[in-house]
Amino acid sequence: MLSVIEVKEIAHLARLGIEDENVSAYADDLNGILMLMAQMSELNTDGVKAMAHPMDQVQRLRLDNVTENNQRDYFQTIAPQTEDGLYLVPKVIE
Amino acid sequence: MTINTEWETVIGLEIHTQLSTKTKIFSGASTTYGAEPNTQACIISLGMPGVLPVLNEDAVRKAVIFGMAIEAEIAAHSVFARKNYFYPDLPKGYQISQFELPIVGKGFLDIEVDGEIKRIGVTRAHLEEDAGKSLHENFHGATGIDLNRAGTPLLEIVSEPDMRSAKEAVAYMRKLHELVRYLGICDGNMQEGSFRCDANVSVRPKGQEEFGTRAEIKNINSFKFVEKAINHEVERQIELIENGGRVVQETRLYDSVKDETRSMRSKEEANDYRYFPDPDLLPVFVSEELKAEIKAALPELPEAKKLRFKTDYKLNDESATILTSSRDLADYFESVVKISGCESAICANWITGELSAALNRADLEIATSPINAERFAGLVARIADDTISGKIGKQVFEFLWDGSESADEIIEKQGLKQITDTGAIEAIIDTILAANEKQAEQYRGGNEKMFGFFVGQVMKAMQGKGNPAEINKILKAKLA
Repeated sequence: MLSVIEVKEIAHLARLGIEDENVSAYADDLNGILMLMAQMSELNTDGVKAMAHPMDQVQRLRLDNVTENNQRDYFQTIAPQTEDGLYLVPKVIE
Repeated sequence: MTINTEWETVIGLEIHTQLSTKTKIFSGASTTYGAEPNTQACIISLGMPGVLPVLNEDAVRKAVIFGMAIEAEIAAHSVFARKNYFYPDLPKGYQISQFELPIVGKGFLDIEVDGEIKRIGVTRAHLEEDAGKSLHENFHGATGIDLNRAGTPLLEIVSEPDMRSAKEAVAYMRKLHELVRYLGICDGNMQEGSFRCDANVSVRPKGQEEFGTRAEIKNINSFKFVEKAINHEVERQIELIENGGRVVQETRLYDSVKDETRSMRSKEEANDYRYFPDPDLLPVFVSEELKAEIKAALPELPEAKKLRFKTDYKLNDESATILTSSRDLADYFESVVKISGCESAICANWITGELSAALNRADLEIATSPINAERFAGLVARIADDTISGKIGKQVFEFLWDGSESADEIIEKQGLKQITDTGAIEAIIDTILAANEKQAEQYRGGNEKMFGFFVGQVMKAMQGKGNPAEINKILKAKLA
């Protein structure tokens, strides 16, 4: 069962701003999903092949040819800040 | 400080190799290194909403080639997953990688350390996309983002924790570096970041089965630094434990200037990547036909080539090892033998000697050598047939290196042809003996060192062009 603290941590990891008053409601919803998962995992699935994707197809591949041109100026028209061709973002310190 | 012998080091390496495709893994944007910032960042590289990734066939092919070379299982179905984290050089907020079902399964690589062969397990190798680059300097408090590299195909090769010393780790890394270049799947350029290494390092008391807590050292971009970084980290961990401390699982960054590692991320929650299968991509299917086709086209691998060089060319272990250290060098050697028609030993000697030394001095690779195999073969052929001596050969080599003429043209133009005409040699020897009677007496009186003096004088008079064997023979007779 997810605790209120864990829900807050998950929200932080996903960079989702959630209001304190809603945290317990989120916890209830998420726990409901987890309980359904737990219920499903009780089923006997011996001999059932795992489904990798709901579409029963395989990935199509493309040839290794350059098809994209330089459109930097166009793309950067919507960037808040650029300099010397770089996108500028608030300083990140590792 | 020496490493305490009561402790055993355990190392596993994660190596990111950039696959040498023309375009990115999920888009048709170019991967050429060194382009102007963001000129190779298409809408997919930028992570614009609504775009879909389409997998590059050549990236899949190169991953399969690698898998076959390490005798690994190739997954018939592999699955791409999203690795979620937030960083400005990853605009989507997730990296497309493989998690539970990688394309390449368990394989191995044999390394040689101090004359002993050791098998290092490869746990897996998976395809993923690279992130962009963050530039922290000179942007008045802001960070500059270049997304040219975002989406470049990587094959992350994860080893088993099978290495027990920094030396073994370096041997494994070198072996892998040699292999991916042999296979032509990665250019191996470490300065440009095409081959990067993270090391998982832990220590445990000797004899203990269970592993100690490991620290991960990130982005070590040279063979020298791998060894230093690991040794430093081992010392740090032992010291910590011996002083009653405890190693914490964390990511550390190696600082080559200070020769130390330091903690990089304090919040361990940052390592929760919440992987899940990427719904934008279907499972990747590698057919038996494709595997058969790749297997048939697989180049001769370093080990097999070395063995063949030893048997076919009768090379000793050292020469065979050097000449098969890269595919380009091995091909060069084989071309020289073929074109010159000379014995393999003399070809090997001149390539591993004069040529390798000159390449080293000029910081060049064989592929960029100013002397191609054909011109080099011309030189070796003239030495082998005694047209020139080995000593003159070195002079001809210099001309070959600096110019574009063939060895024959140089020998002709510079008048370097060896004089084997016994009459001419005799005449010169007579003159020298007449001018140095005292020394001749000394030699006849038992001072054998004087022989060398005469050889030197004759060679000097003949400007190095005298056939040494012939000179020795005539001198001996005349001084008797």
